[in-house]
Amino acid sequence: MYEFAYHKPSSVADAVKLLSADPEARPVAGGHTLLPALKHRLARPTALVDLSGIAELRGIRREGDKVVVGALARHAEVASSDVVKGAIPALARLAGTIGDVQVRNRGTIGGSVANNDPAADYPAAVLGLGATVVTDRRRIAADDFFTGMFTTALEPGEILVAIEFPVPEKAGYAKMKNPASRYVMTGAFVSRGPQGVRVAINGAGPCVFRQAEMEKALAANWSPDAVANIRQSPDGLNSDIHGSAEYRAHLVTVMAKRAVADAG
Amino acid sequence: MNVVTPFEGIGASVRRKEDLRFLSGRGQYTDDLNRQGQTWAHILRSPHPHARIRGIDTRAASAMPGVLAVFTGKDMAEAGVGGLPCGWLIHNKDGSPMAEPPHPVLAVDKVRHVGDPVAVVVAETRAQARDAAEAIAVDYEVLPAAATMAQALAPGAPQLHEGAPGNLCYDWHIGDKAVVDAAFARAHKVATLELVNNRLVPNAMEPRAAIGEYDRGTGDYTLWTTSQNPHVIRLLMGANVLHIPESRLRVIAPDVGGGFGSKIYHYAEEAIVTWASGRVERPVKWTADRVESFMSDAHGRDHVTKAELALDQDGKILALRVSTLANMGAYLSTFAPCIPTYLYATLLAGVYTTPAIYCEVKAVFTNTVPVDAYRGAGRPEATYLLERLMDVAAAETGIDRIELRRRNFIRPDQFPYQTPVALQYDSGNYHATLDQALQAADWAGFEARRAEAKRRGRLRGIGVSTYIEACGIAPSAVVGSLGARAGLYEVGTIRVHPTGSVTVLTGAHSHGQGHETTFAQLVADKLGVPVAQVEVVHGDTGKVPFGMGTYGSRSLAVGGSAMMKAMDKIIAKGKRIAAHLMEASVEDIEFERGEFRVAGTDKKKTLTEISVAAYVPHNYPIEELEPGLEETAFYDPKNFTFPAGCHVAEVEIDPETGRTQVVNFTAVDDVGRVINPMIVEGQVQGGVAQGIGQALLERCVYDENGQLLSGSMMDYTMPRADDLPPVGVATHTTLCTHNPLGVKGCGEVGAIGSPPAVINAVVDALKEYGVRHVEMPATPERIWQIINANRPRMAAE
Repeated sequence: MYEFAYHKPSSVADAVKLLSADPEARPVAGGHTLLPALKHRLARPTALVDLSGIAELRGIRREGDKVVVGALARHAEVASSDVVKGAIPALARLAGTIGDVQVRNRGTIGGSVANNDPAADYPAAVLGLGATVVTDRRRIAADDFFTGMFTTALEPGEILVAIEFPVPEKAGYAKMKNPASRYVMTGAFVSRGPQGVRVAINGAGPCVFRQAEMEKALAANWSPDAVANIRQSPDGLNSDIHGSAEYRAHLVTVMAKRAVADAG
Repeated sequence: MNVVTPFEGIGASVRRKEDLRFLSGRGQYTDDLNRQGQTWAHILRSPHPHARIRGIDTRAASAMPGVLAVFTGKDMAEAGVGGLPCGWLIHNKDGSPMAEPPHPVLAVDKVRHVGDPVAVVVAETRAQARDAAEAIAVDYEVLPAAATMAQALAPGAPQLHEGAPGNLCYDWHIGDKAVVDAAFARAHKVATLELVNNRLVPNAMEPRAAIGEYDRGTGDYTLWTTSQNPHVIRLLMGANVLHIPESRLRVIAPDVGGGFGSKIYHYAEEAIVTWASGRVERPVKWTADRVESFMSDAHGRDHVTKAELALDQDGKILALRVSTLANMGAYLSTFAPCIPTYLYATLLAGVYTTPAIYCEVKAVFTNTVPVDAYRGAGRPEATYLLERLMDVAAAETGIDRIELRRRNFIRPDQFPYQTPVALQYDSGNYHATLDQALQAADWAGFEARRAEAKRRGRLRGIGVSTYIEACGIAPSAVVGSLGARAGLYEVGTIRVHPTGSVTVLTGAHSHGQGHETTFAQLVADKLGVPVAQVEVVHGDTGKVPFGMGTYGSRSLAVGGSAMMKAMDKIIAKGKRIAAHLMEASVEDIEFERGEFRVAGTDKKKTLTEISVAAYVPHNYPIEELEPGLEETAFYDPKNFTFPAGCHVAEVEIDPETGRTQVVNFTAVDDVGRVINPMIVEGQVQGGVAQGIGQALLERCVYDENGQLLSGSMMDYTMPRADDLPPVGVATHTTLCTHNPLGVKGCGEVGAIGSPPAVINAVVDALKEYGVRHVEMPATPERIWQIINANRPRMAAE
């Protein structure tokens, strides 16, 4: 990696100040995307603003009909949280399948959501549950948050503080992993609840997206069969040495079906 | 002391002595070593598959902080540094020698693959070296690339080397074509199969590393390197590349974290750090990162083959005809030319009585990383072809696949068995390993398991492979006549110390195999010295007299045999000392398990008493015998060894996703006498893991322009624990008839026998889709494509 300055603020306000003062500075939470990029010299930030010392970004709590997960909550914490397991078991299960033990003990929900890797798990849950992304300055609906491959509605210097998940009646998740990286090749997060029926697809396209036809079918008939014959168009889907767009399109149907079965 | 516990000798599962240091982080790998005044090298590598170097400007890099020197290929060539040598010469069909283009240590005029070394920076720190390398300006004229063998052989293809027209390294053959063609002409049935043996990246856990050190006081050089054969590196680098005599060059391969073949070869980086250490007069260290490993470690396999099997009406094989394209990559790695010839085509008889075989092999240069031996080396390619072809032949003749194999097996009473492709098998019992494997795998009960899986929506299949390989490499005169530029004997020294403990010096090299334990067991068994009192030294040309290293499952069969010969000499000398001490005739002295006895009496001397006498020769036959108790033996094997066996794989496929899971795996191997059953089991399991990796997961992919797409663990699928089933390992022993231990070798059987067993199981699982063959790796998408393509046909039926 190249040389960079290192800051470890203890409040969101200080972090925002540091990031605003230097457009080339980058925030780092679990570091699971940024650190490999630094090691491979693919990123050259002037400074890293380490968020791990900010207490207000931590914690998982139930607030009425919502579960609020702090941005620094690690995957292992979400997976083992009694609050999450009780209210949104599918979210806990999802967190428990991210990476491996080491990854789950370092990686954070905020880092994953803010990075919006098309092959990440959490964006499917955020979009599939109709969550709200809370930042240092505003609240952003999931439908407005994920704007494209590795891009979100976050502005430069804006820090993701927490994610508010409405508690659904039912939710389920299924994914096919990339055999090499074990990231998501195609996944589906489905839910039915206060945000209606939602089907979010990750891994398949350049950005997590909602599958409207499946949502309609599930609204009429919440069962795996309802989506079993809905075909996703391969147009615009990702294609690589592990899976063509056609294969991913096929997996959208399979994973949606399995996600509904997972939801029960 | 010298009281042997009965459990430490041959046949005991002694726990591995070396594991304490490996598992507690106390191993000393090359990268763990740091020399006083050490500097770091960073190798600048080509980002282009094929380009002419118009110029290299190193001025800015040389001025960077901490930089001691920047060298280019031109600098090294002008200093008289030679190219990397190739250790095996193959001749074309017409008798002419293969094309052997130069392989400069650093590219001079052209780069020929992504990762080809172009320049080296030596700096105070690793980061400074890397920073400076980024400041080197290379003026490339990018050329069209030949990324695949088909591209390289096409008319008008980009030419890699001036001395290799048409990108052809050689066009070789073996066998009598006329006899084979005649057999095909009268065949009742011909089974034909075209198949690819997928290119693999070895991925040893420890990346390659090297430290060169020049001693200003003596003018001597030392190289620490991640090598499977330090003496061979000393020979190749000293004689061919740097022109340093053996007496002034010491090569040390300390703890090495896996090799699988990829650390056999003499690599550019070894010569670069050694030479550069003389230039900067300080130690120079280089350690590959994983991405660098992907683009600079020799790759494995990469064949495209058409094979035809002629059978008579009873299912007896009449002849086999094979035509193979073998990828050499951009340059000839040390042993590359012999892999798809003498380690491949000579195995095409398999375990069968095929009377006539013809195989032709074209070796092709492409703009890819050089290809060389990888665990199994040629033999997995032969076995995969043959065992897939047997299943295709079974399907097309309507003869059960097990029955077809049985009808063609070489019978136990036919040994020694001369194949039509040069090899003579000494021993084996293929019916026995097959029967034992079918029993252990419950082959008979499979259809019930298939039906049960179907109720769960899974496609279950079972596959078998009955394989053979040639190991214990190799009789020097034989390989010499086939083009080897080295002998392949091994060296062992047994040093019995004054108090009776033993140091073994071996030319074999352990990089995970557990030699420190297995070899100590040989000493325990033969000399009666406890394993704990046996030190095994390897991997240092400054300590071990000579050696050819470890590959081709040769360490025990060849290196162990050398030790046995040396121990015979120890015992012979010990008997003379014992005869003197006990005032008996030498002929009357018997030795067993650490004790010299006078036959028919209760007089005895322990090995310790003898060793004390040898080193404190107060009462000693000094007129006729030298003091001391140390013996060295060179052992040149009389033949290859022929491990063989049967692997059975059982798979389940999820037809919706195409994902295949191996749910059961049974290996019954004949590896000759087993010294340590636990280590053999581990070796087989590791080999099977790599074989399953090749069959289902691993694939090195270049795009059509020659860029490496599977250049990291993100895209290259290494097998992980959850990809692997429990592997049942058992042995059925027939002894090797020509080495003193009766051993055959176990390091490669797993990787050789398993890929066809897995693919045969996958094809069996898909049989309702009318599938005849599935290419490796059988990835989820590939399986889904097959299912998807055949679904309409099934619906129509």
